[in-house]
Amino acid sequence: MSRAHDASRRRFLKVFGTATGALVVGLPALAWTPDELLGQNLFRLSPYVRIEPDGTTVIGARDPEVGQGIRTAEARILAEEMDADWPRVIVEPLDLGVTSANGEPHWTYGHQIASGSTSVPAAWNDLRNVGAAARELLMRAAAAHWNTGVATLRTAHGMVIAANGRKLGYGELAEAASKLKPATAPPGPKTAAQYALVGQDAGDVDARDIVTGRQHFATDEWFGDTLVAVIAHCPWPGGKLAHLDDTEALKSKGVEKVLTIPAPDADRPLGTRQLAAGVAVLAADTWTALQALAKLDVRWQPGPHPAQGDDALAAAAATAFEGDPAKAVRTDGDFVETAKRAPRKFKADYRFATIAHAELEPPNALVKVDNRQATIVAPVQNPRATFDTVHRLTGLAPDKITIKLPRAGGGFGRFLETDYVAEAVMLAKAAGKPVKLTWTRADAFAHDTYRPFSVHRLEACADRKHKLTGWTHRIASTSRLADREPRARWWLSEMHPDDLPAGLIDNLQYAWYALDSALPRGGYRASSHAVNAFATECFLDEIAHELKQDALKFRLALLGEPRKLTYRGHGGPTIDTGKLAWVLQLAADAIGWSKPHPHGHGFGLACHFTFGGYVAHAVEVSMEKTRLVIHNVVCAADLGRVVNPLGARAALVGATLDGFSTALRERITVKDGRVVQQGFKDYPLATMAQMPHDVQVILVPSQAEPTGAFDMGFPSAAPALANAIFAGTTVRVRQLPLWAELMRLL
Amino acid sequence: PQTPPAEIVPQPIRDGIVVVINDKPYRHTGDPDLPLLWYLRDVLRLSGCKYGCDDASCGACSVLVDGKLKRGCALSMRDLADKRITTIEGLASADGTLHPVQQAWIDEDAILCGYCQAGQIMAAVALLARKPQPSDADIDSIDNLCRCGSYPRVRRAIQRAARTMRGKTK
Repeated sequence: MSRAHDASRRRFLKVFGTATGALVVGLPALAWTPDELLGQNLFRLSPYVRIEPDGTTVIGARDPEVGQGIRTAEARILAEEMDADWPRVIVEPLDLGVTSANGEPHWTYGHQIASGSTSVPAAWNDLRNVGAAARELLMRAAAAHWNTGVATLRTAHGMVIAANGRKLGYGELAEAASKLKPATAPPGPKTAAQYALVGQDAGDVDARDIVTGRQHFATDEWFGDTLVAVIAHCPWPGGKLAHLDDTEALKSKGVEKVLTIPAPDADRPLGTRQLAAGVAVLAADTWTALQALAKLDVRWQPGPHPAQGDDALAAAAATAFEGDPAKAVRTDGDFVETAKRAPRKFKADYRFATIAHAELEPPNALVKVDNRQATIVAPVQNPRATFDTVHRLTGLAPDKITIKLPRAGGGFGRFLETDYVAEAVMLAKAAGKPVKLTWTRADAFAHDTYRPFSVHRLEACADRKHKLTGWTHRIASTSRLADREPRARWWLSEMHPDDLPAGLIDNLQYAWYALDSALPRGGYRASSHAVNAFATECFLDEIAHELKQDALKFRLALLGEPRKLTYRGHGGPTIDTGKLAWVLQLAADAIGWSKPHPHGHGFGLACHFTFGGYVAHAVEVSMEKTRLVIHNVVCAADLGRVVNPLGARAALVGATLDGFSTALRERITVKDGRVVQQGFKDYPLATMAQMPHDVQVILVPSQAEPTGAFDMGFPSAAPALANAIFAGTTVRVRQLPLWAELMRLL
Repeated sequence: PQTPPAEIVPQPIRDGIVVVINDKPYRHTGDPDLPLLWYLRDVLRLSGCKYGCDDASCGACSVLVDGKLKRGCALSMRDLADKRITTIEGLASADGTLHPVQQAWIDEDAILCGYCQAGQIMAAVALLARKPQPSDADIDSIDNLCRCGSYPRVRRAIQRAARTMRGKTK
């Protein structure tokens, strides 16, 4: 729901929360610069809320929208607290809020990042106060107008209503309200009983623009006199340019420049990750640039460490497991002694391929920079990291750097990085003109920040009553923190000491082993929770099967009495075993777990606690010759209070399908030290025909603080699918992707 | 400096390729190998048609050419002379009334990140033109890629649009 505005002719109520939660009212509107971006309307909207004289309420959404529905959720939170009239709400993305404080950046909008499902919890904490403060100002303006007490007034649907029934629209009150000083103490937010919007379904606020093709993503933006850039990247990690002849490329009409991106220099990092060496063609349009790129005579010298394939990494993992772990993540009791005496023992290795983000919008960035200011339009999940990169490359004062936050075509962690932004900034500086950098799909696959490869070695033992008495989970992985953090911290992204079954089994060891890789790694949806949950939930399924126990009852018995266990990671401080058991029970009941199963159909379960959310999946499949049919899927979730159930369902269904797709066929392979995959033909995302027709979502009603929703539905989807495939075929696949191996074993 | 020609005779423009896009004629005088995708995006700045891949595998650039579903990255301008092309921008009526497929997408909230949805909608429009009562297998024939997992809502939106469109033609 974007719309062009003429800021100069409007008077706004400006309410604006600072990072510390203080409220500032009446900040001067920053100049709207319609020429900045041709043909569209991303303009600088500094406050969270503006009310126009006609009653239109413009809400600024501060966190980047990457398909998680945050613009809608944030606007609903704010609109709820100020009793805005939802049909008259327009949502606009905010830029990164940054000012200069003695030359250092000062962040003015608080939380601005799409990572770890943290945006809704953060918005719940601060944006309710912003909305309540706006409502209080409007009520005071009305009280002054009617010369009555504020206590006699109420608000609804964008109006202040007096005891005698008189009404004033927010638009009529906006000017007067904007001249008032805010209350010294912020008025408290509503109670749950007063909610009219929170907890009700709301469609995506950008829906109309998206279905009409008017929604602009970063890749759809232009400045005047922009050059399009495409880059030939060195395909070998850490490699450099060996030979370049650009004569033919420069002969092409419309080609303006050929520029080089320097080889990576460990002492001078340019983005959040090392950039690949490259040769860029700058031309008037994309096609001309691509044609000229093909005419470059370019050769590369591979880097000192060639990328290794997964088989080599698996061999390295086997060796690593022979030695001491890089980090003993958790040790409870004595597993070795317990296992010696235990009547039943279990062991299995699981292996997870390196995978790519494969977000549909390839990395791209539009950059305008001169010695006075810089404007960046790119898909970004971490605007501050983007700022840091631009700040470092330009040396501009913080308030001279504008980071736009257009809607991004997915992200899944890829746009937490800033390498493509760094490239565009360097090219724009060198070209002296705005540059619109477009990565090809092949670039996106060859130069991703991949999800780490890992091997998981699990062992367990049980007593005669089928109770688990010992458990070890050892992980060897190519940590995504390698080359970014000191070695002692690398395990932190790979293993969580309080993840279940820690706290449920007396003798338990978690340990992490380091694997080296030349391929860049980065964050991914739900991070290492996805692979760790797969290993844990499949291993539990194997043990239940070996012990001839019902997989649901076995898990419920393991979870035990509802209680809170300490959880020191993101989503803590506690994990409630009762909540996890409850979503598991709900999912199992909904899929008909305890009823007779249709002949040939396999049923599978899995559950996991991710970032504060409790999610369980139940899946029913069958094999029709070599085709996998996913008949039914249930996803039960306790995400605390849900701001927008329609959006949370979309996130959970999407995460379920994403989990299935990555589990079935997605894999990055390496040959001759470089990534093989060039496009979707050799990195097959699941199509509609391969995916379930529906996913039944059960949201547990809750009064608890909201947790967000985007990551939570991902980790338990794949193990539930694998467990269902085992139940239907008796084939246990202990690796992802599983499809080729399943076909081999069947 | 070049000497100007002695006599300038105005010539009607006959070169180039005429295409009709969303009911408006355009004349392309540049490289005839230019893919439709980049003509739409870079020349006309009709950016609803999205770049997603290089080998016609993702469907984000789906358009209709003489009513048939095509992928804009795989079509050269030289093949489009005198063709009628409909992009996502041309689906709604001039008065802003949405095509039933567009409306169904809103009603089912089939959005997620939204990047692939213009292509999904074009594929659905083409499908419903061929199959007013599409079976699940018919819907499965749409192979546009969505990373976010919007397929169940896309399926429901297609079924909803089919019901709307059948209701209108009765």
